[in-house]
Amino acid sequence: MELVTPGIGLLFWMAISFTIVFLILKKFAWKPIINALKDREDSITEALNSAQKARKDVEGLKADNEKIIAEARREKDLILKEARDIKEKIVAEAKTQANAETQKSIETARLIIQNEKTAAINEIKQQVAELSVSIAEKVLQKELKDKKEQEALVDNLLKDVKLQ
Amino acid sequence: MRKIFRIVFALLLLFSVQNTFAEENHEPAHAASNEKFNAGNFIFDHISDSHYWHIITWKGKDVALPLPVILYSSNSGLSVFMSGKFHHGHSDYKNFRLMFEGENKGKIIELGTDGHALESLPLDLSITKNVVAIFFSLAIMLWVFLSVAKAYVRRKGQAPTGLQNFIEPVIVFIRDEVARPSIGEKKYERYLPYLLMVFFFILLNNLLGLVPIIPGGANVTGNITITLFLALCTFLITNISAGKDYWKHIINTPGVPWWLKIPLPIMPFVEFLGVLTKPFALMIRLFANITAGHIIALAFFSLIFFFAEMNVAVSYGVSVVTLAFTIFMTCLELLVAFVQAFVFTLLSAVFIGMAIEEHHAAEHH
Repeated sequence: MELVTPGIGLLFWMAISFTIVFLILKKFAWKPIINALKDREDSITEALNSAQKARKDVEGLKADNEKIIAEARREKDLILKEARDIKEKIVAEAKTQANAETQKSIETARLIIQNEKTAAINEIKQQVAELSVSIAEKVLQKELKDKKEQEALVDNLLKDVKLQ
Repeated sequence: MRKIFRIVFALLLLFSVQNTFAEENHEPAHAASNEKFNAGNFIFDHISDSHYWHIITWKGKDVALPLPVILYSSNSGLSVFMSGKFHHGHSDYKNFRLMFEGENKGKIIELGTDGHALESLPLDLSITKNVVAIFFSLAIMLWVFLSVAKAYVRRKGQAPTGLQNFIEPVIVFIRDEVARPSIGEKKYERYLPYLLMVFFFILLNNLLGLVPIIPGGANVTGNITITLFLALCTFLITNISAGKDYWKHIINTPGVPWWLKIPLPIMPFVEFLGVLTKPFALMIRLFANITAGHIIALAFFSLIFFFAEMNVAVSYGVSVVTLAFTIFMTCLELLVAFVQAFVFTLLSAVFIGMAIEEHHAAEHH
């Protein structure tokens, strides 16, 4: 029976020593150990998370870079195309302008020629008139002498008259 | 298992000292009047508490460490002296006598002026073998855990080293496999120090109980007083921290026909009985497991002595077998030491978890 009969003395010492040691360990061992373990686990979790985040960030950056490069390429193409367009336009414009200019000079030349021609014709006309008048005068002066002579004279005169 | 050294040594000496054994041994516990080996006494002496710390039996004489005796009685007041004064029960000291036989075996009785034992025993607050073993194990715990805690503070956030490596997985195991799932994420931290304390105390004392030489070998966790105290702690913590739902569940158990509650409160009575049986089971389980292990191992050893009394040669042969058995038992006890510490802690956590659980308790059962 003694085996299953609790002893007062043992219970007394057990209660006192166990409680004291428990309180000491609770304050100076269990709590610091539990907290330290928790802190360390938290910091490890945090480190892992931040590493993962960094990796994701880097991947994001890479994707961004590619996007930027693609954008730049597209822009370059656009700019080149625009430049080509502008060049073509300028060339075309220059051509048109040159044509117009040529046309204009030709027109002017033709106008001048026309004017000269008109002036020359007018002058010829005047000279013809003057000659006609002088011929007429001379014809009139010799009118009475001989018909033959007259005719010779007209022929002579006409010989002299040449269209300039 | 405990005292293996002593027993092996005794085994070697047994035959050379067989004759002197009976002559010189006056210790009543070892059958002074009868040289026949008494296995019951032998085993019983090893698993019970004592006022001496027995080290070895040398040529039939017991070599033991005397321990302080602290007695209080209304007749003679407080008395403090070393148990060596009793000379292993050969003499009385003042008016006290250490009994080695009879009803009060192992206890100190007080003698009246006429030399007869008084009816009431004096209050015995002696530093017995188990008390010393408790002090020793608690000192080890203080040393180990304070230094480990210091290491945690010193090496904040760094990987554990040395003793930390040894302790940390156990603490993490208790936290993640015992406290967290049983008590719940929200409140487990409050009870974790107690669970750790109980686990390490039981484990350390279970292991020390397997060490056959001083300062190990005391049957601390196989002592009903110790398991009673530990179970009482769990009982108090469970019921003090119990929530409203816990008591409601006991008084008005849901899901049970009303006639089991009114007019005769059968269910509340059964539930209340459950409150008491849980810690009681804790107490008995640890006590029985550890004590049984010790008894079996010692019983194997006793076989050697039995056969020695019959025939020396047979005893030699048997001793080989029993040693093998005892080694096997010790290995088994090593496993039991861990399992029982774990079971006690786990069940304590489960009981606390059940007590503080909210709402869920009402839905089950």
